[in-house]
Amino acid sequence: MRKWLVEPDFLVERDLDRCINCQVCVRQCANDVHYYDEEGELVASDSEHCVGCHRCATLCPTKAISIQEAPLQFRPNGNWTAERIRAVYKQAEGGGILLTAMGNDRPLPVLWDSLLLNASQVTNPSIDPLREPMELVTFLGRKPDRVKVSAAADGHVRLETQLGPQLRLQTPIMFSAMSYGSISYNASLSLARAAREAGTFANSGEGGLHRDFRPYADNMIVQVASGRFGVDVDYLNLAAAVEIKIGQGAKPGIGGHLPAEKVDAEISATRMIPERTDALSPAPHHDIYSIEDLRQLIFALKEATRYGKPVGVKISAVHNVAAIASGCVRAGADFVSIDGVRGGTGAAPTVIRDHVGIPIELALAAVDSRLREEGIRNQASIVAAGSFRSSGDVIKAIALGADAVYIGTAALVAMGCHLCQRCYTGKCNWGIATQDPTLTKRLNPDVGTRRLTNLLRGWSLEIKEMLGGMGINAIESLRGNREHLRGVGLGDRELNILGIKAAGE
Amino acid sequence: MQDVWREDRHRKWIRDEKDSSGCAISGFIHEDGRRESGDAIIRSIESMHDRGNGLGGGFAAYGIYPQFAEHYCLHLMYDTPQAQQVTEEFIAASFDVAHSEPIPTRTLEVIRRRPLLWRCFVTLKAEVRDRHYDLTDDDIVAMQVMHINRAIDGAFVFSSGRNMGCFKGVGYPEDIGRFFRLEEYEAYMWTAHARFPTNTTGWWGGAHPFGLLDWAVVHNGEVSSYGINRRYLANFGYHCTMHTDTEVIAYLFDLLIRKHALPIEVACLAMAPPLWSEIERMPDEQRDLVSMLRAVYGGALLNGPFSVVVTFTGGMIGFNDRIKLRPMVAARKNHTLYVASEEAAIRLICDDPQQIWHPRGGEPVIGRLRQEVALA
Amino acid sequence: MKRIFAKEHLCIGCRLCEVHCLVQHSKSKRIITAMTREKSHITPRVRVQESGQVTFALQCRHCERPRCLEACMTGAITRDPKTGIILHDADKCVGCWMCLMSCPVGAIQRGREGHVASKCDLCQGLDVPACVENCPNEALVFEERSR
Repeated sequence: MRKWLVEPDFLVERDLDRCINCQVCVRQCANDVHYYDEEGELVASDSEHCVGCHRCATLCPTKAISIQEAPLQFRPNGNWTAERIRAVYKQAEGGGILLTAMGNDRPLPVLWDSLLLNASQVTNPSIDPLREPMELVTFLGRKPDRVKVSAAADGHVRLETQLGPQLRLQTPIMFSAMSYGSISYNASLSLARAAREAGTFANSGEGGLHRDFRPYADNMIVQVASGRFGVDVDYLNLAAAVEIKIGQGAKPGIGGHLPAEKVDAEISATRMIPERTDALSPAPHHDIYSIEDLRQLIFALKEATRYGKPVGVKISAVHNVAAIASGCVRAGADFVSIDGVRGGTGAAPTVIRDHVGIPIELALAAVDSRLREEGIRNQASIVAAGSFRSSGDVIKAIALGADAVYIGTAALVAMGCHLCQRCYTGKCNWGIATQDPTLTKRLNPDVGTRRLTNLLRGWSLEIKEMLGGMGINAIESLRGNREHLRGVGLGDRELNILGIKAAGE
Repeated sequence: MQDVWREDRHRKWIRDEKDSSGCAISGFIHEDGRRESGDAIIRSIESMHDRGNGLGGGFAAYGIYPQFAEHYCLHLMYDTPQAQQVTEEFIAASFDVAHSEPIPTRTLEVIRRRPLLWRCFVTLKAEVRDRHYDLTDDDIVAMQVMHINRAIDGAFVFSSGRNMGCFKGVGYPEDIGRFFRLEEYEAYMWTAHARFPTNTTGWWGGAHPFGLLDWAVVHNGEVSSYGINRRYLANFGYHCTMHTDTEVIAYLFDLLIRKHALPIEVACLAMAPPLWSEIERMPDEQRDLVSMLRAVYGGALLNGPFSVVVTFTGGMIGFNDRIKLRPMVAARKNHTLYVASEEAAIRLICDDPQQIWHPRGGEPVIGRLRQEVALA
Repeated sequence: MKRIFAKEHLCIGCRLCEVHCLVQHSKSKRIITAMTREKSHITPRVRVQESGQVTFALQCRHCERPRCLEACMTGAITRDPKTGIILHDADKCVGCWMCLMSCPVGAIQRGREGHVASKCDLCQGLDVPACVENCPNEALVFEERSR
């Protein structure tokens, strides 16, 4: 039956005075929106399948194309917005779960925007990072509460404590878990290479470690998720660290599904599953039904890596995240990654993405406070995730208590992503979230690497500027230093949870 | 309330706001154990009069109570006799009080309102030790002191060490020194402080030195890492109630040196570590040590500008932030080590020092009582 | 000498190289004018070759031993003695198409400019040829390579 109630989301407009009929748009659109009319000898467009990815508009050499939100099709209604009505039409016609991708796009309050940073005036000199050293080096991993040394009579000091395995980051920003499969080979390669160049880490997600990425394994964290795809002893031992994925901010409590059509020969070999079969990650790990099971897996992984790698746990920020994180630390996690409600995904049910979980700002503050209250903050590092849009968000997270952050969406955007939220279709026009060889080659991994490295460099420079402004020259002096944050427009309850004062206090 | 406190600086008044102030500091230690009166230290700090603004001055003196050398000496301020009564009851519950008396003072026109100032010499009761069998005496005393400061209205402990004491108040330090009749005390080590508060307007307890157990800290600067230092210390049971940098510095020294048993030099490396670029050039063994200190003691790193003189029984540490954003001069003559904000403050009380230098950022200057010197 | 090289695994087949080549060789040098009014008498010197998923941009290779030069009977094709670039002088060209026939890679075309041949001149006067500069995926590079 013709889907007659579902109207297009976008309206593609072409300025005929500017269009030169070069057909770049025709060649670039994987959704067949643009076509060449041979008889009329001109290019035309059909908005119906436009996803708003802006590939055509970006590549159009004369900027003749503009993509508008489809003009109002419904009587205005503050409750029944066009989006909600459309969703009902779609489900009435399809009868399934509505899918989406990337992070929550609801106008949830973004608390980063309600936090403001401090700077020095008079009583304390600000430090100019162009002239003075400014240190961002960060260690992730379990630390002892104290260092033991023995001093000989001649004053020679010998270290008695051994430090467990640590990740050393040149900048406190890492790339979130994004599997090879959910994103293309070139995108994965760009992330791994950029991590190496910037002295930080990329995360394999549940995609296994392609043989070509193994040279970059020193800069990769590998995931062990509920599907256990790609996991073997080499995978664990090649990597710099292992992360057990319990949950993801975009879809807490939900598993994953890489459709069979994406599982080509390379992905099948990397994930260690048959070609053209669905890769289904169950919602829970079926060997972890409780915290003591998690402890067993953590220590199984530590055994398998001869206690030589930090083993972390990634959880989504759900209501009692502080208690769960504390449990993870007590179960032996060397770092805990917390993914907030605005975290991204390659595919998730819209209703889950938009309505489940809590914001990372509150989750992070609660976890950091809880671990400190319990006196176990030293035992694990905290990695925050779930939509860091700028270095400003990153530095605020560090001041709230994060050791480092994961960026996913920002990294994809750096590679060209326009947040059209259609990753699950496999027709990413930017060559990122697709396995179609005509599309994947659109991301030149040299370009991707360069753009990611530039992003990390730019953000790191900005963080240094802000640190210097606060009179701080080492990132560890800002970590958890909530004195340098003030809240605007927040209630007492939020201020309390964030552990910060209101601006003016 | 807002207007009252201006006239009320003699009252305990801890504002929920980060303190910051500019300051002058001075101190010396006679390493041969020779004792001298408070006269010289008053002259030294007086020479830096303009670095303070009359809203805080104070002194720490070591070796002044040889007759009670084994007793903890609590220097206390009380707002009211009621506060004193409550506090004394609290003290009596845990301690045997050997002696208790008002701290002798002199009437000075410039020192107007004053709290009740009292000192008592105490030892822990046996049953209290038994109850806290897993803690040292110092731990227990620190716990009781923190309780008084945090929970008893109108009472505050200036210092709580053995054979030492802190004398402080609102006023210029030279006046405070004369008020407390410091010329009548004999100490082998003296430190002094002149305060120029920029936000928390002074009250008596808020003046420096800050004292806990036998630690006393005089400090010039603003620690920009304060927020995390404070939360880091909370991990180890320290309650920072004063909102001052001085307090966190004192607690960090206590944690690293007393509790974690790090040598002074190593503790200073943790609090003001070298830059990574320097660490990478170090020989392997040293690099491992410093890297580990940075990784483990990140929360103890003191960032931002400061110069500080930290004293404890038998020793004195002069210490700057790692990129030396505040002045500090050191000098030696015979058996005496001097540290001060300004060179003039040293030369005034020490003719022709044999050595006078500006210590590098992060590099502690340490003076220690010679081992053969008996402290009692 | 620097030559243009195509990375076919990165060529996305958008043909922006052709557009920008044409604009560069137009009179107006303005894209809309060039691609509308001038288009009928300018030839893009680069052509995107397509076969299934494989695409790449092809233009004159500026051979060390150019067959076209040997075949040209009027001396319209010459080698710049300084740069080594193989140049084509339309004023001398009589349109005999011997160059087209002798070119081993098919990089010379019948030009729309008149009854003359047309080929890549590496955008004389630009530091980087227009096709390379405007390739959105850096699938064209302009560099020195040892043979």
